[in-house]
Amino acid sequence: MSHLAWTMMMMAVPLATGLLLAPLLLTVINRVKAFFSGRWGQPLLQPYLDLWKLLGKGATYSRTTTWIFRAGPIVGLAATLAVLAMMPLGGVPAPVRFRGDLLLFANLLGLIRFITVVAALDTGSSFEGMGASREVLFSALAEPALLVGLAAVALETRSISLSDMVASVTAERWLTQGPALGLVVVALGLVLVTENARIPVDDPTTHLELTMIHEVMVLDHGGPDLAFILYGAALKLWALGALLVGMAVPVRTGNPLLDLGAFLAGMLILAVVIGVVESSMARLRLLRIPKLLVGATALAVLAVVLVLR
Amino acid sequence: MSVGVEGVIALLVITDLLLLGSSRLRSCITVAALQGAVVSLLPVLLHGDEGWVRAWSLTVGSMLLKGGVFPWLLRRVLRESGVRREVEPFVGHTLSVMVGVAALAFAVWVDARLALPASAAGHAPLLVPAGLATLLVGLFLIVSRRTAVTQVLGYLVVENGIYAIGVALVGGVPLLVELGVLMDIFVAVFIMSIAAYHISREFDHIDVDQLDRLRG
Repeated sequence: MSHLAWTMMMMAVPLATGLLLAPLLLTVINRVKAFFSGRWGQPLLQPYLDLWKLLGKGATYSRTTTWIFRAGPIVGLAATLAVLAMMPLGGVPAPVRFRGDLLLFANLLGLIRFITVVAALDTGSSFEGMGASREVLFSALAEPALLVGLAAVALETRSISLSDMVASVTAERWLTQGPALGLVVVALGLVLVTENARIPVDDPTTHLELTMIHEVMVLDHGGPDLAFILYGAALKLWALGALLVGMAVPVRTGNPLLDLGAFLAGMLILAVVIGVVESSMARLRLLRIPKLLVGATALAVLAVVLVLR
Repeated sequence: MSVGVEGVIALLVITDLLLLGSSRLRSCITVAALQGAVVSLLPVLLHGDEGWVRAWSLTVGSMLLKGGVFPWLLRRVLRESGVRREVEPFVGHTLSVMVGVAALAFAVWVDARLALPASAAGHAPLLVPAGLATLLVGLFLIVSRRTAVTQVLGYLVVENGIYAIGVALVGGVPLLVELGVLMDIFVAVFIMSIAAYHISREFDHIDVDQLDRLRG
């Protein structure tokens, strides 16, 4: 194989893996939850079939909505794709990488949230406004945890590009800086749970008025719009999961295939862990969630202190 | 710095934050006991190779007291008084956690300006700021909580902080002095838990904020 073709493949593989396998993560979580409740669970390809079904449908728009409502899912999916393009898969570097891309990463997460919230407010429904206000509150608390946690890793690895940072988290680094990296992984785990509306912060399957956070904001979207939102949510879970697994699974053999295999095994374990948490825990009371997120920020700050010493 | 000492430092600060953020008194006692047990490991980790008899006797002694006897005494008070939670602290729990983070930052800042003997920096440069942060958190717990039990816990946390700083700074305090200090704390917690028990018997609560009137 020529050098150029090899480079092209190295660039395409991380992106294609995420695009293809992200919905499968949802199936794994669903299967684990089904196992705990004694059911068999959905077919492996159910999320893909759901997306296909939704894409074939037409969309209905309320007369009170404007172009913002229609732009929401499209901008959201586009921003998620950009996040995915910057996300390395363990030792396999991302197609798009440059100095300081971790700030763009955090900003794009903010953009996804902003456009979802604005589209929800555009419907004029007080119910969606309530969900939007909760989402904004919790993500405002989760953002410091994410940024400070990334700052700790950036300080430790002396790089401000996600690909370099994740690639530098090796097994030797875990041996010398284990406690700090462990704290960052816990903080990022809590951010992942918050950003993706998972238990214990939010229940992705709830349809009870008082408890919905993320789910309530997308109630008015239908057809292809809903397909975009669901696919975007799956990709976001994949991207943040990839960041977490990249930090937590320090397998850097230098062989891309082995690294990718270890990474995919890590993602599978992450999905199983999410499923087990969702089966064994209840949602936290809304009032207690800020405490959890401030705690995550505190852990990230502690990690920075441990790295700086 | 070895991973063991670094783990102790991380656990020390995490238990500080847990104590600040938790409202259930029973779990607060458990966390404080864990913190005491973790701090007790320090002599062995830092000075284990110099005089192992002294280091191990200190570790075992303080672990028995801080991890076993104190939680047992405090749980008894809790059972007698029937209080389960710290309902209305003067400073809310989320804000308390932020204060804890601020205390940690302050401790690191102060530590950079202190002229410490070289022996401290050689063993574990982060132990002194972590101990300082624990000391501050303990003081904050004492002034910001209402129930007598949490104030005793604050006292214990202060002691843990001082102990951590002491172990980091001076390796050569005679065994007898350190055991004497442990004995002092034991007597203090013993008396405080008896006092809290009597407060709860007399007034049906252990809320020290209400102890401002004489009762005949």
